[in-house]
Amino acid sequence: MSHVTKGESVLEIAKSVRSKERKASEVIEAHLTQIESRDQELNAFNLVTRERAMQAARDIDERVANGQEVGPLAGVPVAVKDNLCTTGVDTTCSSRILEGWKPPYDATVVDRIAAAGAVMIGKTNLDEFAMGSSTENSAFGVTHNPHDTSRVSGGSSGGSAAAVAAGFAPIAFGSDTGGSIRQPASFCGVVGIKPTYGLVSRYGLIAFASSLDQVGPLGATVADAAAMLEAIAGHDPRDSTSLPQDAPNLTATMNDGVKGLRVGLVQELSGEGVAPDVAAALQRAADVLQENGAIVSEVSVPAVKFGVTAYYLIAPAEASSNLARFDGVRYGLRKDAENVFEMYDATREQGFGAEVKRRIMLGTYALSAGYYDAYYGKAQRVRTLITRDFATAYESCDVLLSPTAPTTAFKVGEKTSDPLAMYLNDVCTIPTNLAGHPAMSVPFGKDSNNMPIGVQILGPNLSEATLVRAGAVLEANQ
Amino acid sequence: MNAVETKTEWETVIGLEIHTELRTQTKLFCGCENNFGAEPNRNVCAVCLGLPGSLPVLNEHAVELAMRIGTALNCTIAPSVMSRKNYFYPDMPKDYQVSQYDLPINLDGSLALPDGSVVGIERAHLEEDTGKNTHVGGGGRIQNADYSLIDYNRAGIPLVEIVSRPDMRSAEQAKAYVSEVRAILVAIGASDGKMEEGSLRVDANVSVRRPGEPFGTRCEIKNVNSIRSLGRAIDYETRRQIELIEGGDSVQQQTRHWNEGEGRTHFGRIKSDADDYRYFPEPDLVPVVPDEAWKTRVANEMPMLPAARRDRLFEISPETHFDTVATVVDAGLDQLVLDVVKAGADARLAINRTANELVNDADAASAVGASTLAQTFQMETDGKLTATQAKTVLGELMALRGGDPQAIADKHGFEPVDTDALAKTVNEIVDAHPDELERLKGGEQKLMGFFVGKIMAATQGKADGKAVQALLRERL
Amino acid sequence: MSEPLSQEVVRHVAELARLDLTDDEVAAFTDQLGAVLGHAADIESLDIADVEPTTHALPLTNVLRKDVVQPGLDRQAVLDQAPASEAGQFRVPKILGEEP
Ligand SMILES: [Mg+2]
Ligand SMILES: [Zn+2]
Repeated sequence: MSHVTKGESVLEIAKSVRSKERKASEVIEAHLTQIESRDQELNAFNLVTRERAMQAARDIDERVANGQEVGPLAGVPVAVKDNLCTTGVDTTCSSRILEGWKPPYDATVVDRIAAAGAVMIGKTNLDEFAMGSSTENSAFGVTHNPHDTSRVSGGSSGGSAAAVAAGFAPIAFGSDTGGSIRQPASFCGVVGIKPTYGLVSRYGLIAFASSLDQVGPLGATVADAAAMLEAIAGHDPRDSTSLPQDAPNLTATMNDGVKGLRVGLVQELSGEGVAPDVAAALQRAADVLQENGAIVSEVSVPAVKFGVTAYYLIAPAEASSNLARFDGVRYGLRKDAENVFEMYDATREQGFGAEVKRRIMLGTYALSAGYYDAYYGKAQRVRTLITRDFATAYESCDVLLSPTAPTTAFKVGEKTSDPLAMYLNDVCTIPTNLAGHPAMSVPFGKDSNNMPIGVQILGPNLSEATLVRAGAVLEANQ
Repeated sequence: MNAVETKTEWETVIGLEIHTELRTQTKLFCGCENNFGAEPNRNVCAVCLGLPGSLPVLNEHAVELAMRIGTALNCTIAPSVMSRKNYFYPDMPKDYQVSQYDLPINLDGSLALPDGSVVGIERAHLEEDTGKNTHVGGGGRIQNADYSLIDYNRAGIPLVEIVSRPDMRSAEQAKAYVSEVRAILVAIGASDGKMEEGSLRVDANVSVRRPGEPFGTRCEIKNVNSIRSLGRAIDYETRRQIELIEGGDSVQQQTRHWNEGEGRTHFGRIKSDADDYRYFPEPDLVPVVPDEAWKTRVANEMPMLPAARRDRLFEISPETHFDTVATVVDAGLDQLVLDVVKAGADARLAINRTANELVNDADAASAVGASTLAQTFQMETDGKLTATQAKTVLGELMALRGGDPQAIADKHGFEPVDTDALAKTVNEIVDAHPDELERLKGGEQKLMGFFVGKIMAATQGKADGKAVQALLRERL
Repeated sequence: MSEPLSQEVVRHVAELARLDLTDDEVAAFTDQLGAVLGHAADIESLDIADVEPTTHALPLTNVLRKDVVQPGLDRQAVLDQAPASEAGQFRVPKILGEEP
């Protein structure tokens, strides 16, 4: 773990670049070197954009030399999940079906992070189309956990989490549909924030399940993740579901502590199925918050137990429609055939991996005539129940606490043959996506195998500043 | 067999779906230009090509035009949700169409036709158009083609689909309905109404039954490119279905394509109620919920509708034929006529001359202007111009987009008709043909034409036909 | 909803989804999707017909854009990404059958 260079915050990097203490090109070169020395082993990146990154870094250095503005994240390396569009740079979603496709535009968040001065160093691996919890469902191989390469990095933002954990970049983009930022953050021992739905633009995020997807930061520290979220959040007129809201100021109040904060331990997410070491860490986290002045109690959110079921009907249904466009006509892979329908069938059969096909099948079924009311319709009603029960809990609590995942990182291959078991691993993270709420995962201790444990802090809409405040207390006291 | 014969025994039941492209500057969900006739794939962007990561944003003006349509068709304007209609087809960039399903913006309206009948409107919803496939090889026919080419310029153009209830019972009524809807769409600025260019498309659901029985199985007729074709297609399809049933067969639910050249419909595909489009609410777009203020503003911005505009003309000229009035209104020249009449012209003459001489170039007519037109019509009324001469003068005014009618008349040597001289000619010719005069008096009306012809010949065609007839009547 | 998923239904769904599944995939998906749907039995028993469905996490309405032309994409750049193109258009194998 000698390569894991935690400690230097992105704001410190930017400050040193802005003050000419260090050159952006030196910062970027150091991180690229780190990647080149170790990514063979981890496979965090689908593509390292060395030339482009060095050019961007030199541009920043030139601007600094000329006394021009370079942004609050000047010279900070950022890893970009490979389901975010990047102009002229392969964007694959770790799928063969997008083979060779180069988007003609940047995702809004990619534009914004660049405008803040950060430098993209590459595109990170993910479960194909973000469908998975282990980054084993990638057409480009598994991403291994930097803490133990026999274990998974989590998913679907496994490449981004591993990149941050390995010191390849202090910050990385993830996307979170059912826990895809928080769970890999937990498995890799980094911080991950799933923002309030609509706080961060989805324009240029290749959709998995549009009503649940949200882009967010992974960072080596709470401060890093918060600084990144500040840079990417805020209204985007190109996304109709974007909140008419400016980016929040998170760093200003980050160190204000948790005195008087009402914290609820979610009973339904902290009992059965949670590994003993994880349960113990959660209890210690509650104790730490209490010691720092928070008021901790147990709280019940009954409907969250239906979260996994509702999620695995809603998300695949939306995905089945979102992924219809990958048909071999306009971009990406085509398998030629006699007629256009056979071409579709062959292209999609060969272009998609097993998990993607499984979810397209599940979603198509859930929407199809005769089953809509029983499955999709009912799941949408359960979604309302979950939101209601959270609202009740937030009458007596400011934030809620749970494990991010029931276990720490499992072994590569351990769950691949049992999709249902894999799905159930998302039990703690899914409910917030269904409600649209923000949540973050903060590393808090390790288990008996020396694997990181993550604690999840959940809050109502737009409570990111509070989450960051609580996260900073946990980070400082683990 | 013809349509009239069958009506005694069979009743045709017709419901129409009219798709109209909206006259916006841009597409429904992106800023690409909405214009017809651009080179293939010149009006495309990430959104309308359905590129991964792109997201739609709804065009406000398209929503307002849809609300105008709903207002004109007496619909309830309701909170609405866009849905995805999922099916694979190469002209659809996302392999789903964004449309409205269970919550359309306009619900439950009605339209009164000029004959007094009322057609129910089930809904008028917003949706996006598809691209265009061109089949290469095999004579351009889809089934024999070697391959196809796709142009996405049309993909994402805003459409409103107006679905009538199955309230129409004849081809004539269906034609009147489409004419009225088209007139309304053009009047409110929602559509250019061009069926030939496909910006207005009509699909007809046709079935037959014996009166009083439940509805029969319907066929959906597509590819009807004019109102006249619509009538022909409905009559053909009515006969086809009756022959099927009377021959002991039954009608199968299917789409059929009208072939104008052959004057018949061809099988398209079997249509099943179980077509599984897997509709669900479009998660990338939020509901449109017009409040009272918005609805009121749209209603206040509505121009006058064709029926009311026709009524204004009937008010000043009750005897004028419906088609003549409709022609003037559809050309948008009714206000000009009202101005012309206000400037002193005879109403009936103004409407007739406008319908016959001016509608082909409404812009030119407006350029000529109300006072010049009024002056021209007045010259005709005053007998300073014959009908034929008046048309000549109008033609030149239109060509030059204005001018002095008196100067044009002078240039052509059009002289005021000398009433005394004409009376003298009439008397001379009548006196020269006493037998014919007696026969005319006896009621043989065709002799009127005989005398008019003689008199016109004697005046080298300069006499005014009406004046001649009036003088002849005095002699009877 | 409680009846077990059949291979026949799975094949029909694959057709709707335009996936040319192998026999092995059909067999595996029948079992796996059956298991997931079996797990969905937990919401089957909920009597929530009177609960409104949530389709959007946020209660936003009337998000609209002005009707103003924006520049699009360069045609050649777009077609360069396509598996096949001709005469400024996307080229596909022959289309059997009309639009559904
Ligand atoms: Mg339609
Ligand atoms: Zn466009």
